[in-house]
Amino acid sequence: MENGDRAAVLVARDVTRRYGDGDTAVDALRGVSVDVPAGELTAVMGPSGSGKSTLMHILAGLDRPSTGLVTVAGKEITDLGDSELTKLRREHIGFVFQFFNLLPMLNAEENIVLPLTIAGVKPDRAWLDELIGSVGLGDRLHHRPSELSGGQQQRVAIARALVSRPSVVFADEPTGNLDSRTGGEILELLRQAVEEMGQTVVMVTHEARASAIADRVLFLADGIIVRELSGASAPEIGAAMEAISSE
Amino acid sequence: MIRFSLKGMAGRKLRTALTALAVILGVTMVSGTFVLTDSIDRAFDAIFSSVYVGTDATITGKSAFEISNGSGTTAPPFQESLRPEVAALPDVADAIGGVAGDAQLIGRDGKSIVFGGAPNLGFSVDPTRPDFNTLTLEKGAWPGRGEVVVDVSTASRKKLDVGQEIGVQAEGPVVQFRISGLVKFGSVDTIGGATLAGFDLPTAQALFRKVGKLDQIRVAGKPGVSRAQLVREIRAILPPGTQVRTGTEQAAEDAKATNEFISFLRYFLLAFGVIALFVGAFVIFNSLSITIAQRTRELATLRTLGASRRQVRFSVIVESLVMGTIASILGLFLGLALATGLFRLFDAVGFTLPNSGLVFSTRTIVVSLLLGIIVTLIASILPAFKATRVPPIAAVREGVTIAPGRFARFRTPIAAVITILGFAGLFWGLFGPDLDTTKILLFMILGMVLVFIGVAMLSAPLIPGLTGILGWPGARFGGAAGALARDNAGRNPQRTASTAAALMIGLALVTLVATLAGSVVQTFTGAVNEIFVGDYAITARNNFSPIPTDAAAAAAQAPGVLAVGSVRTGQTLVFGKPDFSTAVDPGVGAVINLDWVSGSNAVLAELGKDGAFVDKEFAKKHDLEVGSPVEVTFVNGNTGTFVIKGIFDPPSGGSPFGVVTISAAAWDAENPSPKNVYSFVLMRGGETEANAAVLGQALAPFPNAKVATREQFVENQISGLKSILNVLYVLLALSIVVSLFGIINTLVLSVFERTREIGMLRAIGMTRSQTRWMIRHESVITSLIGAIIGIILGVILAGLLILKIDLIDFSFPTLQVIVFAVAAVLVGVLAAIFPARRAAKLNPLEALHYE
Ligand SMILES: Nc1ncnc2c1ncn2[C@@H]1O[C@H](COP(=O)(O)OP(=O)(O)OP(=O)(O)O)[C@@H](O)[C@H]1O
Ligand SMILES: [Mg+2]
Repeated sequence: MENGDRAAVLVARDVTRRYGDGDTAVDALRGVSVDVPAGELTAVMGPSGSGKSTLMHILAGLDRPSTGLVTVAGKEITDLGDSELTKLRREHIGFVFQFFNLLPMLNAEENIVLPLTIAGVKPDRAWLDELIGSVGLGDRLHHRPSELSGGQQQRVAIARALVSRPSVVFADEPTGNLDSRTGGEILELLRQAVEEMGQTVVMVTHEARASAIADRVLFLADGIIVRELSGASAPEIGAAMEAISSE
Repeated sequence: MIRFSLKGMAGRKLRTALTALAVILGVTMVSGTFVLTDSIDRAFDAIFSSVYVGTDATITGKSAFEISNGSGTTAPPFQESLRPEVAALPDVADAIGGVAGDAQLIGRDGKSIVFGGAPNLGFSVDPTRPDFNTLTLEKGAWPGRGEVVVDVSTASRKKLDVGQEIGVQAEGPVVQFRISGLVKFGSVDTIGGATLAGFDLPTAQALFRKVGKLDQIRVAGKPGVSRAQLVREIRAILPPGTQVRTGTEQAAEDAKATNEFISFLRYFLLAFGVIALFVGAFVIFNSLSITIAQRTRELATLRTLGASRRQVRFSVIVESLVMGTIASILGLFLGLALATGLFRLFDAVGFTLPNSGLVFSTRTIVVSLLLGIIVTLIASILPAFKATRVPPIAAVREGVTIAPGRFARFRTPIAAVITILGFAGLFWGLFGPDLDTTKILLFMILGMVLVFIGVAMLSAPLIPGLTGILGWPGARFGGAAGALARDNAGRNPQRTASTAAALMIGLALVTLVATLAGSVVQTFTGAVNEIFVGDYAITARNNFSPIPTDAAAAAAQAPGVLAVGSVRTGQTLVFGKPDFSTAVDPGVGAVINLDWVSGSNAVLAELGKDGAFVDKEFAKKHDLEVGSPVEVTFVNGNTGTFVIKGIFDPPSGGSPFGVVTISAAAWDAENPSPKNVYSFVLMRGGETEANAAVLGQALAPFPNAKVATREQFVENQISGLKSILNVLYVLLALSIVVSLFGIINTLVLSVFERTREIGMLRAIGMTRSQTRWMIRHESVITSLIGAIIGIILGVILAGLLILKIDLIDFSFPTLQVIVFAVAAVLVGVLAAIFPARRAAKLNPLEALHYE
C-alpha cells in the first residue's frame, strides 16, 4: 500500500463504519487502511454494497468513522467540528457527483466559480480561462444547467471541483449517469487533471473501463480491501472483479 | 452569496410570489389605514380651521363637568343678553350670536332624510356676517324668516333646489320652510354624510327651543388688538356657565370629537392589518420550511463546496429580507389604492368622509415597511436555522432527513408552556387586579398571540388522528384518490399543522366575535322581554337618536292608549364621577317591570320632584338604601339632592337605566332640550294592526319617530350590532384570505415535491379528475382541521371574555359555527383549484423523468 516516491495526502487507518445498532446493525466498513499519494488517480471498486461510497464519504469528511483515523493533508479530520470541516472543504477538497449537483439558477461559469465565491476569493482570470479551456466549455459558459447536456454538466462539475486547486478531488460514479462515449470523455478529463495539473483524485466506480485510467485500483468487498492493482488494464481489472464477486 | 440568494428567488418565482402575497395583504391594510385616516385628519383640520378663520374669540356655554364626546349631552346655552354686553367692550368690533341643534329634514314624501346613521345638523346663520358662519353659501341667498339653507350634497341627492319647500323637525312638530339657498360646510360638501340646515337666528332659537338663549358668540376684535388681550377683556365680564376661547382654540376643541373618532378608526383598522400580518407570518414560516426541505440537496451541495452554516443561514435570511422588502413596498403603494377604495366605499354607504387629497406621510412609509419586513424576518428565523442543519452528505445520499434541532425533543413541552403562558396572560388581563385599559389590552393581545402560537405547535401530534377522522368520508366514498388524499394530509403533520394554523387564527377570531355577538343578542333579548311589558316602543328611525319629547306626548293622546312611559338619558356627575343617569315619566310604571330588591314597581310612577332609584350593584358600592340621599350634578352646574325610593336587580342583559334614575319632571328642569331615547306604549287590546295604525297616525307629525312592536324593537336594537358584526367579518376575512394563500402555497409545493409520485399514479391509471379530486380533498381536510381547532379556540376565548363581562350569558352560536365550517370547506376547495390543475396537467412520462 505504501508508495515510495510520493507523500500521501490522504491517510486512513483501521477505519470502521457501523450503521444502526443492535440486531439491525450493518458493518459497511470493517477495518480499512488506505494511503492516497499526491498526484495520483486512485480508483475504488467493488460489488454493490461493499462500502465504496461509505469509504469515500469518510475520507472526504462528509461522514465520520465509527473507529479509526483519517488525515487529509496531514491534518486529522475525524474529530473536527463543523466550522473546521467547512474550512477543510474550502481548502483541500473538491467533489464530482454522480448527479452533477449543479445549482439550477446559476449559469455554467457561476457554477464553476461558486467554491471561490463562497470562500470569498477572487478568481484568478488566467487560471479560470485555462481551466475552462481544458474542460472544453468555452461557448457554453453562460448557459444554465438545464440548457446543457449531461456530459456538459459534468464538465462544469469537474471544473468546479478543480477551481480551488484542492488537495483531493473525490468523484463517486462520475460516469454513472452518462452514456459510455460521454463517460469516456469525462474520464479523459479526470486523467488530464492528474497528468497536467498534478491533481490528486479518488474515484469510486464499478466499471472496469473507468478504473483502467487509474494509477492504482483498490478492491473492496464486504467492507475490507481485498486486493490492489497498479497500472492495470481494463481486462485485468475485469478479471479481478469477477474473482471477487464470485468469492 | 447575496447574488446567489437573489438568483435562487428568481428561480422560484411562483412560490416566492405566493409567499409574498401573505405579506403584501397585511402591509396594504396597514398602509391603507394610515393613508385613509391621515387624509381624513388633514381634511377635517382644514375644515375646522376654515370655519373660524375670521373669528378672534368665541364664547360658549360651559358644562359643569367634562362631557364625554358622543354622549349626546351638550353644554347648556346661556342668556342672549350677554351678546350686547360683549359687543359693547372697547376692543370688540363685532359679536354675533348663534345656536345649533339637531334639525331633521323631511322630504316631500313626508319621510325624514337620513344617510346611514349620519347626524342631522342645524345652525343659525347671520346674513350680515357670512365670514362668521359655519356654513358657506354656494347658491341662492341666506335664509330669512320662514326660509332654510340646506347642504349641496343633500340637495343633489334628494333633487332639492332653491325655491322648493322642505319640512324641518327639531324639538317640536314638523315646520315647512322655503329653501333660499344651498350651502357647504366650510369648504366641503358635507361631513360624514350629515345633513346641514341653516336658519336665521330667531327661527333657529324657536326650532331648538332656545328662545332668548345662545350656544355661541363669535367675536371679532378691533384692528391691532391681540387675541390674548381680547380674551382677557371678555373673560372679565363672563357670567358663570360660559367660557371664552380664541378662534384657534375653538377650532381645536370642535375637532376633538372627530380626532378621537379618527384615531379610534385608525387603531381599529390597524388591528386587522396586524392580524393579517400575524397570519401571514405563519404562511411565510410554513412556505420557507417546506422550501428548505425541498432544497436539501442544493443546500447540502453548497456545504460540500465549502459554504459554512452561517452562510447558509445568511442566504435564507437575505432571501426573506428581499422578499419581505419587495412585498412591503408593494403593500405600501397598494395601501394608497385601498384608501381610495375605502373613501369610495364609505361614500357609497352614505358616510361621506372629507377628502382633500391622499396624505402619504413618512410615518406611513416607515411603519408599513418596518412591520412587513420585521414580520417576514421573524418568520424566517426558524427555517433559516433549519437550513443550517442540512448535512453536507445529503448532497450525495438520497433520503437524508434534516436533523431535528437541539430543542426539537422539547417541542411539545415548549408548546404546552407557551399555550399555558398565553392563557395565563389572558387570565391576568381579564381578571388581574387594578389593571388600566392599556395593560388589560396588552396582556390580552400578548396572551392571544401566545395561545395561537402554542396551539399551532401543539396541534401537530393531533394531525394524524384528525386526518384519519376528517379523511374518512373521502376514503370511504372517494376510493383510492380519497384514501391517498387522507394519507397525504397526514404524512407531514408539522406541515399540515402550520398550514392549518393560519386558517385557525382567522376562524378563532371570527368565532370569538360570533359567540360574543350571539351571547349579547340572546341576553339582551331576554332582558327586554323581562323588563318591557308594554305593547309598542317608539324610537327614532335610526333606532338610537333621541327624539323630541313631543312625540311621546302626541302618542299619549291617541285613542286606546292606556299609558306611555318614556326614558331620557344624559350625562351627570354622581359621587364625583361623570356617568349616565336616566329619567322616567310616571307612565313607565305601566310599561316597564323591574325586579325590586327594595320598594316596588309603584316607585316608577311616584318619583316626584326628588325621588330616585338605583340598581343593586350601585347601591352596594355606595352603601345606599331606601331613604339615602344622592347628589346629582347636571350639565348646567346645578346640583340636586334626591332620595332613594327603590333599589332594583337588573336582568343579566342590563337595564335601560343609568346609575341614578329620577323623574322626567326633575330632569327637564336641569337639561337643555331633553329628549327621549325610547318611549313604551301600553294599549287597550295589545298588539293589533288597528292599534299600530292608530299610533302611526298620532306620530305622523314626527316623521323621525318609529313605532315598533316588542319583537321589532329587539330586532331594531340588535340591527346596529349586526352591522358592526358584518364589518368585523369583512375585516377578519382579510386574514382568512391570507391563510387561503397559505394553503395554496403548501399544496403547490407539495404537488411539486410529489411530481414523481403523481406521475407514477397517473402512469398506473389514475385519471386527471381523480388527481384533482385527490388534491382538493387533501386541501379540504387541511382547512377543516384549521376550522375545527379555530372554532374550538374561538369559543373558549369568547367564554373567557364573557366570564369577565357579567352582563352577558354565554350562548353557543350553532348556526354560525356550521356556516364557518362550510366556509372552511369552500376555502379548501378554492385553495385547491390551482394546485389541483397543476397536478392534473403533469404528463406522466415527464413526471417520471423529473429529477
Ligand atoms: N445511511 C445508512 N444506513 C444504514 N445502512 C447504510 C447506510 N448507508 C449505507 N448503508 C449500508 O452500508 C453498506 C455499504 O453501502 P455503500 O453505499 O457504501 O455501498 P456501495 O459500495 O457504495 O454500493 P453501490 O455500488 O450500490 O453504490 C450497504 O450494505 C448499505 O446498505
Ligand atoms: Mg455507492
